[in-house]
Amino acid sequence: MDRAKKNHLIRIFVAIAVVYLAVLVLEFTLRPTSILFTVLRKGAIYSLVAVSMNLLNGFTGLFSLGQAGFMLLGAYTYAIFTMPVSVKESERVYRYYECIVGFDTGSFVGLIAAGLVAAFFAFLIGLPVLRLKSDYLAIATLGFAEIIRAIFQWDVLGPLTNGANLLREYKDLSRITLPFTDIPFPPTLFVFIVAGVCILLIVLLINSSFGRAFKAIRDDETAAEAMGINLFKHKELSFVISSFFAGVSGALLAAFQYTVQAQQFESMMTYEILLIVVIGGIGSISGSCIASFLYIALSEWWLRGLDMGKFLGISAPDLFRSGFRRLVFSVIIMVIVLFFSKGIMGDKELSFERMKAFVKRAGRKKKETAK
Amino acid sequence: MAEFFHQNLSYFLSGISVGGQYALIAIGYTMVYGILRLINFAHGDVFMCAGLIMVYLSASLPFVISVPLVLVFTVALGFIIERVAYRPLRSAPRMSVMISAIGVSYLLQNAALYFTGGLAKVYPALPWLSDSVVIFGASTRMVTIVTPFLTVVLVILLTLLIKHTKIGMAMRAVSRDFETSQLMGIRINRVISITFMIGSLLAAVASLLYFTNYASVTPTSGSMPGLKAFVAAVFGGIGSIPGAVIGAFIIGICENIIKGGASIFGIPGSGWTTFSDAFTFAFLIVILVVKPTGLFGEKSVDKV
Amino acid sequence: MKELLRLDDITMQFGGVVAVNNLSMNVKEGEIVALIGPNGAGKTTAFNCITGVYEPTNGRIVFDGKTIITNHPSGKMQRNYAGFEADKYLGEKTLHPTPDVITKLGIARTFQNIRLFKSMTVFENVLTAMHVRAKENVFSAVFRLSWKEERRMEAETEKLLSEQGLLSHRDEIATSLPYGLQRRLEIARALATKPRLLLLDEPAAGMNPQETQELSLFIKEIKERYDLTVLMIEHHMDLVMGISDRIYVLDFGSLIAEGTPEEIQSNQRVIDAYLGVAEDV
Repeated sequence: MDRAKKNHLIRIFVAIAVVYLAVLVLEFTLRPTSILFTVLRKGAIYSLVAVSMNLLNGFTGLFSLGQAGFMLLGAYTYAIFTMPVSVKESERVYRYYECIVGFDTGSFVGLIAAGLVAAFFAFLIGLPVLRLKSDYLAIATLGFAEIIRAIFQWDVLGPLTNGANLLREYKDLSRITLPFTDIPFPPTLFVFIVAGVCILLIVLLINSSFGRAFKAIRDDETAAEAMGINLFKHKELSFVISSFFAGVSGALLAAFQYTVQAQQFESMMTYEILLIVVIGGIGSISGSCIASFLYIALSEWWLRGLDMGKFLGISAPDLFRSGFRRLVFSVIIMVIVLFFSKGIMGDKELSFERMKAFVKRAGRKKKETAK
Repeated sequence: MAEFFHQNLSYFLSGISVGGQYALIAIGYTMVYGILRLINFAHGDVFMCAGLIMVYLSASLPFVISVPLVLVFTVALGFIIERVAYRPLRSAPRMSVMISAIGVSYLLQNAALYFTGGLAKVYPALPWLSDSVVIFGASTRMVTIVTPFLTVVLVILLTLLIKHTKIGMAMRAVSRDFETSQLMGIRINRVISITFMIGSLLAAVASLLYFTNYASVTPTSGSMPGLKAFVAAVFGGIGSIPGAVIGAFIIGICENIIKGGASIFGIPGSGWTTFSDAFTFAFLIVILVVKPTGLFGEKSVDKV
Repeated sequence: MKELLRLDDITMQFGGVVAVNNLSMNVKEGEIVALIGPNGAGKTTAFNCITGVYEPTNGRIVFDGKTIITNHPSGKMQRNYAGFEADKYLGEKTLHPTPDVITKLGIARTFQNIRLFKSMTVFENVLTAMHVRAKENVFSAVFRLSWKEERRMEAETEKLLSEQGLLSHRDEIATSLPYGLQRRLEIARALATKPRLLLLDEPAAGMNPQETQELSLFIKEIKERYDLTVLMIEHHMDLVMGISDRIYVLDFGSLIAEGTPEEIQSNQRVIDAYLGVAEDV
């Protein structure tokens, strides 16, 4: 390996280590109810699902809208797997049904199971659906997500899914402990570690020989096929892997929320994730991550005031009422889609060189305006 | 069979009625797809907006004025959406246009959420249409009887428009070959605008009929009928208007029979209610796998 | 010489349109064979049948002594069918593999309208074509357990690029190359799949006489170096007559002549159908 590449990798690892250290420090200094934690946790979870969607839409060129369905599968699998047997047997959660699951597992097994269940369903649904052309694929995957949502609320499956009712008291973030001990795991760090490892795996995949095959399919299916790339096999692979990580992110979301209900995973959720991917730049992993944190920070924190009657010191309860934030948001998104279709990063990745260049350019501009 | 039919008569009737409403929405999808090869994800939300416009207008205006106004405003909405969100992306990749459509859908739903405050709005009872009637011993509303007839009349009018007018001819030309018709001097943008306006007009009519039956409008009440109408369009063979209509009636009827109907596999009818939505999509996936071109669609060959 | 590729009664029909009509031809190992004919004669369609992009309506394709594609009209197609020998291949099991399978068998191709992977660099374009024969799976690829294999592929790509004189453009985006080099890159990419038979679809399209001259040398050179058999579609008569061992002439989907360049040049039917207008092309 040449030196420039090595230096580059080292710098990336240092930067990541700094981020994780910062999270750990925050965890021990800020009060646990701080809004910053909500943003960091949810941002990390959305980063993972956005990156998994980007793998499909941005890198393989498959326009799939099934992400919410796979998250639902992951969230339920995690909740059902990690809910203690004592809770399952009591009437606190399964009030109207006898729970038929007679075991419970730790959170790590729960996460893996969440991914595997989502991946398994992706494999099945991919068999017929991935042979379809772009827009049919979109509608078929969207439809699949709706079917999953309906099935999980079906009262015949109540003994497994608790019907349309909530699941709770599973291993949510407050109950996750360090392995083999009772010491609670720092929750934000936990989310960051899981999401980080998953994103790292996706990055490794994209930069492998298989990732190149995916990109070839995205660029030109006919040429890719003429190069001996089996379209179906590679699309299925990308779909299953993407769904695996969507399942894991669903599990993290379940852990983050303390409760989970099928109702929540509607097509609107997929749209939101898609729009995050677009804002970050289709085909950019770092873009998806930046856009996720930005999106969550804006909607959960910085633009809160738009819903509460007071924003930037302006008080207008008639204008700034519930729902205004989302309206402003969707207008911003439309502007990005129409006028800045490359998003924040285009299809490039964040790097120190690029940041340096950006700062330099900004500095020059400032000087010019000062003159 | 006769007994099954008799037992399920009222579901059958409402199935036909809902089917007619889906058909009117589905035409909007299928025409736009035929011309732009775009799934207009926002179409269902245009339908929902038509419902909300009616709610707000009828609060202060008599029906004689508010009903035509609803049609006008909805047509304007469809026109504006095409103008602002799709036209600038005419030469962009297909994925960007689809994303823009999703963005519009998101925007319309959030706008509706803001204006309604998230509450379900009560739809006004339209005179005559909401009256009860008894037919074959099943009691239902006038709208149930009117819908299929109105649908058929509108479809015939539309077919005449497409077959015999200049603009209809232009539409057919554009849907057959976008580039060539542009070279032949057809004003593509005008044709596309008119297509969107027709689609929105029919969606507005559908909303009058649909919400009279369901009595309330929420920001998300457009998405399900929208998706189902789209499935109907795919089932009929996307791009084909008669196909969309037949598909919509079949889906409407099947869905209602599942919703209310007989016990299947030993699970009583009520157990399947949650499934009436899922059914549509399961149906869609089956169609796409078995016959992706739908009932009346044409096969296309990719050029290499 | 051994026969490498043989087409038996290949017919391709789109609805009522007969694009290729009962085409029978063969290519022997080590030959350069040209397929010529006016525009719309069905040459590219024939290529698409050989490479599995289209499923021929009728006929059989044999590669290296093994039947790789067979079909016969059935169902609705039976009624539309305008070729001959409709039931000749009824007994055989129909066989229509996807293009990637054909490529793995050792048939590589280029495209009439260059189809490079547009977001990738020159290097990545060729490297991607190596993926088929890579001895690795997803797991080993993600965890970099097969890094030796990756290194090997990268080294092989470098070698191929330097042989094609493209190494100096290694990290440029493929579609930013000048036209002639894009063609050359497309050929290099096809070579990366290790073919025995190379199909070139109008390799000289859009080139000036000097570039065409270079191309004919280039084709001869790669043929020798990689031990290839070449089947090409071409309009430039200088190129075709200069390097082909044999020529097949198609007109309106049907074969009208076959022979050495000299025979074709003096064939009256060909002159009528094709060469008479070739001056304008």
